[in-house]
Amino acid sequence: MNWISPRTLKRLGMLNMNKRNVDYIARYNERSSYPLVDNKLKTKLAVAEYGVKTPKLLQTVRHQHQISGFRDMARDLAGFAIKPAKGSGGKGITVITGRDGDSFVKASGTREGVPVLERHLTNILAGLYSLAGAPDVAIVESLVESDPSLARYSHQGVPDIRIVVFQGYPVMAMLRLATTASDGKANLHQGAVGVGLDIGTGKSLNAVQFNRPITLHPDTGLALGNINIDAWGEMLEMASRCYEATGLGYMGVDLVVDANEGPLLLELNARPGLAIQMANGRGLLPRLRAVEGLKRLHFTPRERADYAMETLSQL
Amino acid sequence: MNQGPSRLPFYIAVFLLIAAGISLAVWRHVELGIPWLTGEQRPVWMVEARVDFDGSNEPVVASLNVPEQPPGFLILTEQAASPGYGFSIIDKSDSRRAEWTKRDVTGPQTLYFKAQFIPDASAEPVPPEQPPETRRLFWEEPEATAVREILAQAEARSSTPESMTRELIRLMQPDTRIQNTTLLVSEENYLPLLVNMLNHSGIPARTADGLKLEDARRRQHLTPFLQIYNGERWLTLNPKTAEQGVPDDLLLWRQGSGSLLDVVGGDSSEVSFSMIRQTIPALQLAAMQSEGNGLGFLSFYELPIEEQSMFRMLLLLPLGAFVVAFMRMVIGIRTSGTFMPVLIAVAFVQTTLIPGLIAFLSIVSIGLLMRGYLSSLNLLLVSRISALIILVIFITAGLSVFGYQMGFNTGMTVTFFPMVIIAWTIERMSILWEEEGGQEVLVQGSGSLFVAICAYLLMSAPLAGHLTFNFPELHFAILGLILLMGQYTGYKLSELRRFAPMKAYD
Repeated sequence: MNWISPRTLKRLGMLNMNKRNVDYIARYNERSSYPLVDNKLKTKLAVAEYGVKTPKLLQTVRHQHQISGFRDMARDLAGFAIKPAKGSGGKGITVITGRDGDSFVKASGTREGVPVLERHLTNILAGLYSLAGAPDVAIVESLVESDPSLARYSHQGVPDIRIVVFQGYPVMAMLRLATTASDGKANLHQGAVGVGLDIGTGKSLNAVQFNRPITLHPDTGLALGNINIDAWGEMLEMASRCYEATGLGYMGVDLVVDANEGPLLLELNARPGLAIQMANGRGLLPRLRAVEGLKRLHFTPRERADYAMETLSQL
Repeated sequence: MNQGPSRLPFYIAVFLLIAAGISLAVWRHVELGIPWLTGEQRPVWMVEARVDFDGSNEPVVASLNVPEQPPGFLILTEQAASPGYGFSIIDKSDSRRAEWTKRDVTGPQTLYFKAQFIPDASAEPVPPEQPPETRRLFWEEPEATAVREILAQAEARSSTPESMTRELIRLMQPDTRIQNTTLLVSEENYLPLLVNMLNHSGIPARTADGLKLEDARRRQHLTPFLQIYNGERWLTLNPKTAEQGVPDDLLLWRQGSGSLLDVVGGDSSEVSFSMIRQTIPALQLAAMQSEGNGLGFLSFYELPIEEQSMFRMLLLLPLGAFVVAFMRMVIGIRTSGTFMPVLIAVAFVQTTLIPGLIAFLSIVSIGLLMRGYLSSLNLLLVSRISALIILVIFITAGLSVFGYQMGFNTGMTVTFFPMVIIAWTIERMSILWEEEGGQEVLVQGSGSLFVAICAYLLMSAPLAGHLTFNFPELHFAILGLILLMGQYTGYKLSELRRFAPMKAYD
C-alpha cells in the first residue's frame, strides 16, 4: 500500500476535502449564489452580462410535451450537446458529434436513434441527473468545435480548461483531456487525463489519470509535457470575470477553446475538485493563503489575472 | 483577511453540550441508581414476618408493626399473604401497622407479611419535627434514691446525652454493678428500666426491635435496642455494650412506642421472621425506585410498552448517524446515499447480520436485473421508481415465502427492509453502473455495506442499547461529537492514499 504522511501533505500545502468544504466553500460561497452555478441555463444568462461567452443555446426543453419539438429541431443538426441544466459532475451530458442517416453519432462513436435521445431528455426532466433529484430542464447547445491544436491531444470530446478562481483570482489551472475510459467526458474521476497548467504561462506541468502520474496520453499516445495554451492571459481574465457575475468566492471555471469563437465558458462549479493539485504537483493552500493575505483585493479582472500570473505562479 | 467569525463560542457550546450530556447521565446514575452496564445485579433482602395465633371464634384484628423507614435500608415492595382476611396498612403518627381483619376465626391461624429491603447506606429515618417529650416516672423509695444516685453518678462523668447514656449503661452492667443498681435491675426489666431512667434524667428514650439479616434464616426473633434522642435525631444503641449505630446487617423492624404485635380476638399470638438474600437487576431496581420520583422525567419507562420498543430503535439511530459521519468525514469511505447505510443497519438489527446480509444482497441483485429490463422500457423516472418499489415488494414477498418453505424463519424478516430506500438504492446503483461502470458500483456498494455493518455492530451491542435507552441524555454528547466532527478540516484517511503520488513533488 502506498501512503503519504499528513505532515508531508501539509508541507506541500495540499488542500483536502474537509478543509475545502469548511474553510473555503462554506466560508466564501454564498448559499444563495448556488442556483446560479448549479443551473447551466442561469449561468449562461448571468455571465453574458459580463462579456463571458458560452456555447450557443439551441433549445430548452422544460416540459415533457416539448420533447417532440426536439425531433424537429435536431433534424438538420450535425452536432450538439444535450445537458441537464442542474446536472453535476458531467452527469447526463450527451454529446452528438455527427449523423449517420437517421441516427446520431455520439462522441464515443456509438450510434443512437431519436427514441434513445428522447428518453434521455425524459430522464433529465424527471430529475435523474439533478442534485437531489429535483425536476430539471434540458438544454441543447451547439457543439463546440475544439481548437485543433488542443483537440489532437484528446481522444474524443472537447478538451476543457478548469481554472480554480478564489475571490476573483485564478489560482490554479489544468487541462482536462477525454479518454476512452472517460467516454469522451472531461471528468477526472471518470478517467479523463488532467494536465496541470502553469498559472503564469499556460504551459503544461504534469499529467495524471486516475490520480496516477502519466507522461503520455493513454489513447492518442501524445506527449503531454509541452502543451501550451494560447492567449493565456485572456482566459485567466475571463475566468476572473465570472467572479463578478456570480459572487462565488471559491469556484471552478470550465472553459473550452472553440476553433471559431475563441474561449467559451462551459460551466461553473461551486465545489471544484481537488485533483487539480495532483495535476499541478502543487498544493492549493499557499496560493489561497496568499490571496487571503492581501490587504486590498485588486479591483479589475485584468489586475487579478496579472497578479496571478506574476505572483501566484511563484508559489 | 477573512477568517470568519470566531469559533470559540462554537467550541464552548459543544463542550457544554457534551458536559451536560455526561453530567446529567452521571447524576441520574448516582441519584436513581441506573446502572452503567447491563445485567448488573443488586442485593435485596426479602423478609417474611409470620404471625401465628389461635382464633377463639370471635372477630379478629391482628395488627403488626411494620418498618416505616429503617436506617440503612429502603423498602422496595410490601405484600401480605393471608387468605380470607381483610388487609390494609395503616400509617399512624409514630408507627406503621399492617392490619388483618376477619369476622369468624377458629383454630390456628397463620398470616404472612413480606417486604423487600435494599441496603442503602444513605437511607435515614425522617427526624421528628419537634423534640419528643420525656415522661418522668414516679419512683417509690428506695428505688427513687437509687435512681437519683446512679443518674447523678452518670451525669457527673458525661457531657452529652450520648455519653450520659453510655455511662448509665456501663453502670448498670453486672461487672460494674454497685449496690444501687443491684437493687433496681432484674433480668427482664433491664431495658424498660434503662428507658425510664433516661427519660427521668430528661433524655427522650425508647426501645426498638431489630432483625439480624442472615441469608436463608427461618424462625428468627427480634432483638431489642435502645434509642435516645440527642436533640437532632434518634440514635440507636446496643443496650448491653452501649455501642452506637446500627450494624449493616441489622434491620430495625420496629421503632417508637407502638407494640410489635396486637391480636384482638385470638390468643397465643406469636411473630417470627424468615429472610432470604435475593439479587435483582439493578435496572429493574432503579425503575421501581424512580416511580413517582421527580428524577424519572427523562425515563422512557413511563411510556406504554409499544412506544418504548419504538424508542429503543429510534434512540439507536444517532449512533448509526455518528458512524456514518465518522466513516465519511474522517475515514473517507464512499457510500451510495448518505444515510442509506443507517437504514440498512436498522434493518440488520431486526434481521440479525448474516440473514439480513443475504436477504439484502439478493433483493438488490434481483432488483438490479429487473431494473435492467425497466430501463429498456423508456419510462418516466417516477413511474420507474414506483414500478421498482412494487418489484422490490414482490421480491421480498417471494424470498419470505421461499425462505419459509425451506424452513428458514429468517426469510420472514426481510420485510424489515425499507422498501422505498431499497428501490432508490437499486435505481441509483443502476445509474451508477451505466455512467461510471461496475467498479464504482462495487466501491460504493461495498462501502455502504461496510458502513452499515459497522453501524449494525455498534447498534446491536447490548451496552449501546442499554445506554441510549436508559441515558437518553448521552445523545447530547453524541450530538456534540458530530458537531465537532463537522469542524474537522484535517486529511481523511483515504486522502492519505489518494494524494500519495504527491510524494514525487515533495
